[in-house]
Amino acid sequence: MTESGTGTEPGTESESESESRTGERVEPRVVVTDEGSSSEQRIAQQRRADSVSGRPPVLSVRDLRVTFRSRHGRGQALAVDGVDLDIAPGEIVALVGESGCGKSTLARALTGLVKPTSGRVLHDGTPVSYKPRALKAYRRGVQLILQDPTGALNPRRTVYEAVAEGLRIHGKSALGSFPDERSKVADALSRAGLRPPERFFALHPHQLSGGQRQRVVIAGALVLDPEVLVADEPVASLDASVRGEILRLLLDLRAAAGLSALVVTHDLGLAWNIADRVAVMYLGRVVETGTVEEVLTDPQHPYTRALLSVVAESGREPVILSGETPDSAAIPSGCRFHPRCPLLASGEAERLGIAERCRTVDPAPLSAEGRHAACHAVVAPTTSTNTAE
Amino acid sequence: MNASTVIGPAAAGEPTGTDVLRLEDLHVSYRTAGGAVPAVRGVSLALPAGGRLGLAGESGCGKSTLASAVLRLLPRSAEVGGRILLEGEDVREMGWGRLRAVRWARASIVFQGAMHSLNPVRRVGDQIAEPILLHEKVGRAEADRRVARLLDQVGLVAARAGAYPHELSGGQRQRVVIAMALACSPRLIVADEPTTALDVMIQAQILRLIGELVAEHGISLLMISHDLAVLAENCDRLAVMYAGRIAEEGPADQVFAAARHPYGRALAGAFPRIGDPASRHGPRGLPGDPPDPAHLPAGCAFAPRCPIAADACREAEPPLIAAGEQRLAACIRMDAWQEAK
Repeated sequence: MTESGTGTEPGTESESESESRTGERVEPRVVVTDEGSSSEQRIAQQRRADSVSGRPPVLSVRDLRVTFRSRHGRGQALAVDGVDLDIAPGEIVALVGESGCGKSTLARALTGLVKPTSGRVLHDGTPVSYKPRALKAYRRGVQLILQDPTGALNPRRTVYEAVAEGLRIHGKSALGSFPDERSKVADALSRAGLRPPERFFALHPHQLSGGQRQRVVIAGALVLDPEVLVADEPVASLDASVRGEILRLLLDLRAAAGLSALVVTHDLGLAWNIADRVAVMYLGRVVETGTVEEVLTDPQHPYTRALLSVVAESGREPVILSGETPDSAAIPSGCRFHPRCPLLASGEAERLGIAERCRTVDPAPLSAEGRHAACHAVVAPTTSTNTAE
Repeated sequence: MNASTVIGPAAAGEPTGTDVLRLEDLHVSYRTAGGAVPAVRGVSLALPAGGRLGLAGESGCGKSTLASAVLRLLPRSAEVGGRILLEGEDVREMGWGRLRAVRWARASIVFQGAMHSLNPVRRVGDQIAEPILLHEKVGRAEADRRVARLLDQVGLVAARAGAYPHELSGGQRQRVVIAMALACSPRLIVADEPTTALDVMIQAQILRLIGELVAEHGISLLMISHDLAVLAENCDRLAVMYAGRIAEEGPADQVFAAARHPYGRALAGAFPRIGDPASRHGPRGLPGDPPDPAHLPAGCAFAPRCPIAADACREAEPPLIAAGEQRLAACIRMDAWQEAK
């Protein structure tokens, strides 16, 4: 129903009107493609075929650990504590969890902004080098998009300068087949849905709406022709009615250019909207992983179940966990979720005869492939049969 | 909760006996260097005793201005028109003494971002005790006993009274703010985005707490949020604001599940139901952005983004009209649209 909206097509009457009236505020020229879920399904099938044919993940991490010195000076905070994760070519993976679970640190490690304490980040199967020159090339291919576009953009620089900055850092080779910087910037803006791009060149961030600013940030990433976008809460600071269009843009970019993405979010609805696979993090670990259909419609880990149950209007009986996520400097022994686990609190774990293991045995970190939950109550890793589709 | 009471537009002259809060044709505009900018443009709402009314909308729609207007917390640059009746008494006509007596004791407000509502250099127990000591003739010892009881009610141990705000987590601070709001047993609580900055699990804890407390004490609740799904789950009735006016109003579950105004429909669509095949790989939103209050389009303010707008929509602002039982919508195209579907 949004596809037929007036003012979305370039050059419509309402648009030129609004421009002349407000003088400075420019309505977005959002190009809406009419691809429905059928093309999404095709892409998802293709992606599965790719993974079957053995194309390596474009990005993966193995046994990744990132520790920080604890805030109080004593001990170590284990922000990321042994994570395996794969992102296949053309795949959108959602990394979900609450604040402090380590999801943003993992995103920063993936983009080379944080050096892992141990473990590896692999790009096309090759370990990422942290030597300055190699790291610079790597960062060009893996672009980070942050939550707040207002903070990400310099208020005194124009849209053109914001988008061209990456090109200037990476030099002539970043232009690819484009003859000059100007045409490359124009191409990136129009791919991000800001059309015609020339109209946006001279504008400053304050002349744009929140959604347009986020499109400028995305254009700044696209201008370097990345293989992967790592988007940390890309729509959390935008108005609800604007979010859908930005998410649609990520899907369109995947369809048009085969772009992969890791989307970090606390919003399970967002994962349902755009992701193919999902990894749920709790206190530095991935506690459940699988396809979006598997994890979000048939959650196995009690933490995932609780998260899904408190989504407003979910229709599930809310399981409200008491207390708050513990400090990552003091990760509980045994299963890290056990002090808050409803299975233990209700006596269910006792009945299953696993209560002692819950308190003392840390479930092994999950493998990146297939469907798993890090819970002693989940008897064996439920092997992926892909029946959810 | 109060299914028998219609929370409809407050027609002037009707008896106001049962309504804890009643807004009649409320207008608020801000004086700026570039002229008056309208924020609220003719809103009428009524909230009966014990009712829970949700007010949804995006940034700049006027919902927070409306919340602040209820207790006259607006800056000096705001010009207010219309009537704001708190248990039948017009807030705009109260003297300062009366207004001070009414704030906290008859109506209190819970703002977004508890950190800004609390004084960072005072212990939270003292901050909760302050309205009690101001409004009631009680001694310090009695006030401290009340603080302990309030902390218990909001799920904090009494020893937390000695903590400073920075020693508490975001969720705990929001609990303290709720304890302050409850301190003088108000009839009305206005909650402006009470859980927006909190994690989902903490949000669920706080919403459950607010729900239990208002039910237990028979407090009326005006909850303001951008999150239509949260309001639908926690309120009896729902009003959707757009560009300073009510676009739609009705029973919460109906407005969320089957909005009659195209904006209400689009806003509800922005909160996908997990498991719904239609929203799988299908994010929904609206083209364009909410209008700038200083430059509203002619006619219906939503028309430039509306998928069903007709020429007539750009000529005159649509009135809020009946749109089903106990429902109102400000759209002249809602029937044509429903038929077309």
